[in-house]
Amino acid sequence: MNRRTIPALLTAGLLLSACTGTGGTSEGADAKAPDDPSKVTGTIKVLTVRTDLVQDGTLKKYADDFRKTYPKVKVEFEGLTNYEAEVKIRMNTENYGDVLLIPAVIKKSDYPKFFASLGTQAERAKKYRFTDYTTVDGKVYGQSPVGVAPGFLYNKRIWREAGITDWPTTPAGFLTALKAIKAKTDADPYYTNFAAQWPLTSWTSVNGSVGCDTGATTKLVESDPWAEGADLRVGDTLLYDIVHDGLAEKDPTTTNWEASKPRMAKGEIATQWLGTWAIVQFQDAAEKAGVDPADIGFMPFPAQVDGEFCAVVGPDYNQGVNVHSKHKEAARAWIDWFTDKSGYAEDNLAISPLKDAPLPEVLQPYEEAGVKFIEVDDTAGAQLKLIDTESEVGLYAPDYRQDLVDLARGARKGSLDDFLGDLGKRWTEAQRSVGSS
Amino acid sequence: MAGRRAARRKEPPPAPVTPGPPAPPRRAHLWRGVTPWLFLAAPLALLLTFTYAPIVNMVAYSFTDWDGVSPELHYTGAGNYTELLTRPELFEVFFVSGYYLAASVLQIVAALYFATILSFNVRFRNFFKGVLFFPYLINGVAIGFVFLYFFQDGGTLDSVLSVFGVHTDHAWLGTPTSANISLAGVSVWRYTGLNFVLFLGAIQSIPGELYEAAELDGANRWHQFRYIIAPGIKPVLSLTVILSISGSLSVFEIPYIMTGGATGTETFVIQTVKLAFQFNKTGLASAAAVVLLLIVLAATWVQRRLVPDDRVDLV
Repeated sequence: MNRRTIPALLTAGLLLSACTGTGGTSEGADAKAPDDPSKVTGTIKVLTVRTDLVQDGTLKKYADDFRKTYPKVKVEFEGLTNYEAEVKIRMNTENYGDVLLIPAVIKKSDYPKFFASLGTQAERAKKYRFTDYTTVDGKVYGQSPVGVAPGFLYNKRIWREAGITDWPTTPAGFLTALKAIKAKTDADPYYTNFAAQWPLTSWTSVNGSVGCDTGATTKLVESDPWAEGADLRVGDTLLYDIVHDGLAEKDPTTTNWEASKPRMAKGEIATQWLGTWAIVQFQDAAEKAGVDPADIGFMPFPAQVDGEFCAVVGPDYNQGVNVHSKHKEAARAWIDWFTDKSGYAEDNLAISPLKDAPLPEVLQPYEEAGVKFIEVDDTAGAQLKLIDTESEVGLYAPDYRQDLVDLARGARKGSLDDFLGDLGKRWTEAQRSVGSS
Repeated sequence: MAGRRAARRKEPPPAPVTPGPPAPPRRAHLWRGVTPWLFLAAPLALLLTFTYAPIVNMVAYSFTDWDGVSPELHYTGAGNYTELLTRPELFEVFFVSGYYLAASVLQIVAALYFATILSFNVRFRNFFKGVLFFPYLINGVAIGFVFLYFFQDGGTLDSVLSVFGVHTDHAWLGTPTSANISLAGVSVWRYTGLNFVLFLGAIQSIPGELYEAAELDGANRWHQFRYIIAPGIKPVLSLTVILSISGSLSVFEIPYIMTGGATGTETFVIQTVKLAFQFNKTGLASAAAVVLLLIVLAATWVQRRLVPDDRVDLV
């Protein structure tokens, strides 16, 4: 290659890559709900993360039910194991299914470029929860079929054996409880699931539970999340203390997520910080292991405001309609039906996205204990993502919590204060540079 | 294959032996010029599509602020490169490559040793060749998972050690040093076979009578290795060293699958992948990839300067 061809190739590459963007033609399109179910036609493809439900035919049963109302619509499913990465690449083309789960990587401001609108927020918020998570300029672009609340899954039998019957109300009380479990039972008091990585990211969802504040996300955007008393500092300090006091599993680096489910059901593990979505999986594991599924309990984060626990209810993945879909009505019909009528939320013991639906039975102890359910306002969600990527802290990535666990068990040098201080410094610097641009 | 068949069909008919009208010289000349390219068309197309086009694209992205999915991207000039070079912490991960570099010395020595031994007449030599080469055939992802169980608390390694009465209470992937040594060990296990096969091939291309002559002159096995084998395989040896160094700088699969870069096992490529897919800084990650490419090229160049590739002449 001589000297002149290199810049020529470079320019060609730049031009090519500039062309990969989708044109602006269909931007801002609407997926309207069909008026007459019998007239909607088309074959739609639904992308999902639930490969297990694709394989065991559960989703097909939903589709068959759906056909009873919409006889001319055919629904096909495509399960993706590595959802985020695969969908992200496919979204560089126009061919990414008709209905898909909105990947976390898409900037909120880009939603109108990729998804068709499901209606205005003013109208949808009357019926559905979580609308502000996908609202851009007053229009909603997605709807989660289930709501989840973070919390500790625990083995009730083990906790009872350790002599603890009441939920701890402070992080210190929680640590005392774990110490009692360590002293009186053979179980690992806490299991980090360090190697599976993503379970550590759920520690970010303590946000809102600690201070019982619906403006918690806005606070993340405006102030230092690791300042003294801030939600994430309280959560991360608890995680640090659990590991530092030897209350977690012996070797976090070789944990095994699938194996952790039966182990917890059998009482070899006492506690894990996950979410309501996990309850059904752990109960299944208990049944398969031949132990009582009723031993799987669920408790809120050990913090109270005015004597009340708080549970933050948030959406799971939001379903959206591909803006390039040729069957937007059919796709919209599927989302509405799946959210309202399929029974998917009840089947998963999850919180329904419908505002007037009752709470699932597993959360009855919550109702009895008077746990307050709150929804965190997500208006600042887009800004939060910007700061998160700019700072490379990664609130929804496992890295910094893995480092935190390493720090706590002495595999990494430093003090907790310095560690959290450094995170705060990177965060506030990114706040400044994102705000100024 | 297709290209080759097409080429044969288009070849001119063989010139008649008996005197007749001579074939038009210009066309024959043309065909002689085109034929090799027809043979090369398929591999060249593949090479351009899957190697050079992506590289050009990557270099192009490295001058933008693309996030990997958004239709909008802006030209940022050398901004990504400036950011990379002003963040020294991004290059700290190269210390991890030191472990793999040390391991590859071990790996080359082991491969050379086994290749030498198995090139002589040894019982079950083909069986041992298979055993040594086998790990290289296994998918890297599978190896990662197998060794996760291997290093687990109470896993294979601990049980094997306890058979010999060694009861370790050691979390093999627990501390940065131990984790990196363990991972580098897996890498040695995996790649020794490849080096071994390269060496074996080179050694077997040395004419057998040289050994006979050497033996007549009273040379023992070590002398044969020192004065016949070692100089005979020098080009392959230096190629292996180059591959090892570039491999150590760009370690990815094994640590990514086994630890995901946790506990101080993050390598430069893992860091780049995280920049691209976790923080959606595809532009910056492309720049990092370009920088790695340049570092590997520089390392190779320096090495070729230090150890020039002489022609081997044994006879």
